[in-house]
Amino acid sequence: MYAQMVDTGTQGVRRLDEMPADERQFQERIDAGIKIEPKDAMPEAYRRTLIRQISQHAHSEIVGQLPESNWITRAPSLKRKAILLAKVQDEAGHGLYLYSAAETLGVSRDQLLEELHAGKAKYSSIFNYPTLSWADIGAIGWLVDGAAIMNQIPLCRCSYGPYARAMIRVCKEESFHQRQGFDIMMSLCKGTPEQKAMAQDALNRWWWPAVMMFGPPDDQSVHSAQSAAWKIKLLSNDELRQRFVDQTVPQAEYLGLSLPDKDLKWNEIRGRYDFGAIDWEEFFRVVKGDGPCNRERLAARVKAYEDGAWFRDALVAHAQKETVREAA
Amino acid sequence: MKAEWPLWEIFIRSQHGLAHKHVGSLHAPDAEMAISNARDVYTRRNEGVSLWVVRSSEIVASSPDEKAALFDPARDKVYRHPTFFPIPEEVKNI
Repeated sequence: MYAQMVDTGTQGVRRLDEMPADERQFQERIDAGIKIEPKDAMPEAYRRTLIRQISQHAHSEIVGQLPESNWITRAPSLKRKAILLAKVQDEAGHGLYLYSAAETLGVSRDQLLEELHAGKAKYSSIFNYPTLSWADIGAIGWLVDGAAIMNQIPLCRCSYGPYARAMIRVCKEESFHQRQGFDIMMSLCKGTPEQKAMAQDALNRWWWPAVMMFGPPDDQSVHSAQSAAWKIKLLSNDELRQRFVDQTVPQAEYLGLSLPDKDLKWNEIRGRYDFGAIDWEEFFRVVKGDGPCNRERLAARVKAYEDGAWFRDALVAHAQKETVREAA
Repeated sequence: MKAEWPLWEIFIRSQHGLAHKHVGSLHAPDAEMAISNARDVYTRRNEGVSLWVVRSSEIVASSPDEKAALFDPARDKVYRHPTFFPIPEEVKNI
């Protein structure tokens, strides 16, 4: 998802009777549905896992601005441009809510950004694919933000208070993102044959990366069980993926587009769609830094940060000058 | 120059006459920038008509360890709620 393969630093889930007293007390609070707040006692592994998960999520929001901002100056109309600007600005806000949530766990945003810029922190694999045409902006909103909502709605109920509250805020805004994407796809599909072909091409390229976003299959997700016990992962990767496919197929049918999966078909018995095998090699390649745009994204992110340094420095200098003036 | 910006807590008053409500936090070098950033981050969809920004370091919070001592005494004083007192059907406007 926006946070993929988050390492819990643990091996297997311990039973309540195997835990030391303080850890058992903590787990019982979680089991009782009591939210954990910043000043509460918590196991170190829980704290560190949450920092990894929330910061990865935050980084994804920030890096996620890059593929879309690529099209702001080339949006096909003033209306689309204003909408895309608002969407990309929202992503910056989402990143900020999440960095704030992470900071309640005792790390600083500057520290987290440093790790991102040094290439030590992960962000979602999906943002390492290029946006080749305007239709990609439609496909991203529809599919990528659609997948994000699928993942984030359960997280509104997660065990850590500040993370849950950030997710509620994000979800309220995310629906706009998905709809504006679908709206772009609708316009293209109702347009000329060339425009519809653009929409189909974008769907062909984004479908599998979107399906991969939910992360490795359940039988290969080594850390999922611990995250589930801590209630910081509420539905499994495969369950979220299945829901996403089931939700999206009828929407593609409405658009008159076909999904690039010859094995996709309705399974009457399961009451869900069956779909083809996922190329996990591609997923792991992208996660490990070798996707189509990994280097470009990180370089763009670092450049933006460095180019803004003089401005941030000026703000600090001004604030210091004012403090001195007030004291005098 | 490398200085971490201080953290500010943000409070917004919505248009409906309610009190300022805490909505989140952000970093800013000074109060003026905190207001400006809060406007961009927390009021993109008509969430409010007034902002308060307070340095997080200025907030004094109760500790979770004191929770029982502070809040448990209120539990056994149910008579503080009006529903504690039964009022006969025929008595009106009370």
